[in-house]
Amino acid sequence: MSVVTVQLGQCGNQVGQELFDVMCSDARDVHRKTYSAVSCERFFRQTTQGALEARAVLIDMEPKVINHSMSKAAKSGRWRYGETSHFSQKQGSGNNWANGYCVLGPRHRDAVEELVRREVEHCDMLAGFIPIMSVAGGTGSGVGTFITQCLRDVYPSSFVLNHLTWPYGTGEVIVQNYNSVLTLAHLYQLSDAILVHENDIVHKICSQLLKIKQISFSDINRVIAHQLGGVLQPTLTPASCGAYSRHPIGIDWQVCPPPASAGRSRSLSAGSFNTSLANLLILRGKDVYSAETGGFEDPAIYTSWLPPDEALSLWKSPVPFNKYEKSATLVSNSQALLRPLDDMVRKAWNMFASRAYIHQYVKFGISEEDFLDSFTSLEQVISSYSELQ
Amino acid sequence: MTQSVVVQVGQCGNQVGCRFWDLALREHAHVNKRGLYDEALSSFFRNYEGICWGHILTYLHPQAVLIDMEEGVVHGILQGPLREVFDSTQLLTDVSGSGNNWAVGNLMYGSAYRDSIVNKLRKAAEHCDCLQCFFLIHSMGGGTGSGLGTRVLSLLEEEFPDVCRIVTAMYPSAEDDVITSPYNSVLAMRELTEHADCVLPVENQSLVDIVNKISLMSHDAKPGCVLKKESTVTSGQGGVSPTERPFDAMNNIVANLLLNITSSSRFDGSLNMDLNEIANNLVPFPRLHYLVPSLTPLYTLADVNIPTRRLDQMFSDAFSKEHQLIRADPKHSLYLACALMVRGNVQVSDLRRNIERLRPSLPFVSWNQEGWKTGLCSVPPVGHAHSLLALANNTCVKPTFMELRDRFTKLYKKKAHLHHYLHVDGMEQSAFSEALSSLSALIEEYHHLDATKARLIPDAPRLSIAR
Repeated sequence: MSVVTVQLGQCGNQVGQELFDVMCSDARDVHRKTYSAVSCERFFRQTTQGALEARAVLIDMEPKVINHSMSKAAKSGRWRYGETSHFSQKQGSGNNWANGYCVLGPRHRDAVEELVRREVEHCDMLAGFIPIMSVAGGTGSGVGTFITQCLRDVYPSSFVLNHLTWPYGTGEVIVQNYNSVLTLAHLYQLSDAILVHENDIVHKICSQLLKIKQISFSDINRVIAHQLGGVLQPTLTPASCGAYSRHPIGIDWQVCPPPASAGRSRSLSAGSFNTSLANLLILRGKDVYSAETGGFEDPAIYTSWLPPDEALSLWKSPVPFNKYEKSATLVSNSQALLRPLDDMVRKAWNMFASRAYIHQYVKFGISEEDFLDSFTSLEQVISSYSELQ
Repeated sequence: MTQSVVVQVGQCGNQVGCRFWDLALREHAHVNKRGLYDEALSSFFRNYEGICWGHILTYLHPQAVLIDMEEGVVHGILQGPLREVFDSTQLLTDVSGSGNNWAVGNLMYGSAYRDSIVNKLRKAAEHCDCLQCFFLIHSMGGGTGSGLGTRVLSLLEEEFPDVCRIVTAMYPSAEDDVITSPYNSVLAMRELTEHADCVLPVENQSLVDIVNKISLMSHDAKPGCVLKKESTVTSGQGGVSPTERPFDAMNNIVANLLLNITSSSRFDGSLNMDLNEIANNLVPFPRLHYLVPSLTPLYTLADVNIPTRRLDQMFSDAFSKEHQLIRADPKHSLYLACALMVRGNVQVSDLRRNIERLRPSLPFVSWNQEGWKTGLCSVPPVGHAHSLLALANNTCVKPTFMELRDRFTKLYKKKAHLHHYLHVDGMEQSAFSEALSSLSALIEEYHHLDATKARLIPDAPRLSIAR
């Protein structure tokens, strides 16, 4: 099964390039033929000369980053991007979601869909799409949201897993909260799952765990690529009987809470945990079959209306990932994102209350009503997550 | 890659513009070792044969239009070393000048040369693959720069409504020797408020102070000290022109401002900041688009390996009054938004550390507490390992504008020199009163925001959702 990645905007293209790098070196360096073959098939295709080309479409509204990412990939000598798999314009989106979503996305829809179609044709069996983008800028957020919608329309039965990078809380882009709110509200309706990395958190990983002194965006992106690779590389499940047959991005988060009137019983009151709806634990490398994972099944972590054995998924791979003898990845659908999401909405709402910058958005075709709809939508998400018990 | 066109109007505008082209050539020569025409160069220059990548620089044409109503300055440029670089189709001159009269510049010459100006602008635009921005450079106190310059601004809006208009405007000091400069400035202000996307106000006195400070520091530099005698910010050394003329040092500062503001659109970086992002992030309300520029470092250090402490000092300096290009006090006013454009080997962690360090001492408006827009460009300017350009949308411009209004009112109350203006065909007295109310309304908007500074503004009540 193959996955087509769509890299959008500066962040999407920079992160995407690091991700393919990690996956290529992981697949190639490891001496497990099946793992290697499955991984390569998933994310790369082989040219007639035997070179690996990423199953990726690179989109940006200005050319510098795409050029940089493509040449960086080619320099690695181990993989590259397809010569014609990219689309760029001359002028960026100006950090304006409305410009990306209402003007540039529709304008270039045909060209982008054609690139995606060509990439999909190279896949024997399409598992789905991973759009990679940031939410703070204009292209990743605005054009990215529009393209996600197109993917949904053209490939209704394929999975769409969006990877989003949330900006530092203390400003990279002044209107980042507007762009984020508009993106998240739309993606919520379009996406099957949204995987989030926050720059602030990844920055802490770089400084506190990796002890990097002068942290660059390359460092940040490499950590993101490592974690994302940890999720996406092949794994085995009890049901897969020793074959890497599990759907690569079939993360099923569709849960339906019981009606509010149902009585609820709780095992332990665990006020200090973020309540989880569901968790996915992925173990790779040595001793995966003997690892003790009972703690992840503690009912205290989970919402009361899902039994832990349904809420916890466990994937394993005896193959060490990215040169780590043992590694574990936890993907969590929980209240962990509640605080950052609430902060983002609060700041955006304060700005909206004074109507600051609204004229910049309105001139590209969205209205104050559209803003209000997005705010309403996100308040509902916040409310639903807050009420998990 | 997008292109920008520079439109330089009047004596001051052309002198600054001339320094800009000289320094731009110096910068690109420094970066572009093989002498091939590349994308970065194409943002301001075209190759004589048209835009072809990889061709040797046979004949670089700046994307510029030079306008002056007297011949002295433009002819000076054409006699000087930059004569190879401009061609006559880019120039528009007349002989008699505007007599320091805004009405002569805006109305008389504005009408007479309207078609010619539009043609030259169109020609410059046609050579551009993707025109993103017009940079207009002119002074406020005279007649041509101020009057004809603002006429050009409204023509740009009419003919190219989708292209960004960034104006670098030189404001006169209180001691300016042109008596009518307050009239010219206020009449021009109205045009800037209505037709520009962004204005970078620069005050002559600030430039004088900076130049004096640099020469004081350099002269005090003892042998073995790290400061170089010539600062590359004020010196044109390494550029095309061999000798430095009066005002060159001051004008070089403004030229460096323009180079830094466009650096991220021309060169690579880990966090690009394009020109269209500047207005989108720094202009929360349409008329409040006056951005205070602040440039560091000003001195060239002989030792280009600078430890972290010096790097942090660069960030602190950007917020000190001595590095600003207008005399104002942003730390005691209110920040609406702030952009930090960093060049050189600076990483995101340096940026974050300094923002966190400086943030507590900077008052930001309640709805934009984290109002930072940041850009990282990997190519440093000539002679420095890094540099920082801060653009602040801050209410500290209010006192500057109020002072300007006072100087205007002093003259206007006595109806001094009005007849020179009213003589011009098309000039009515209402133009004066309208310009005055436009300025007063602008001051009032800043005042309104300032008033929120002292009050503790609670968060806006959130939408409540039906459960």
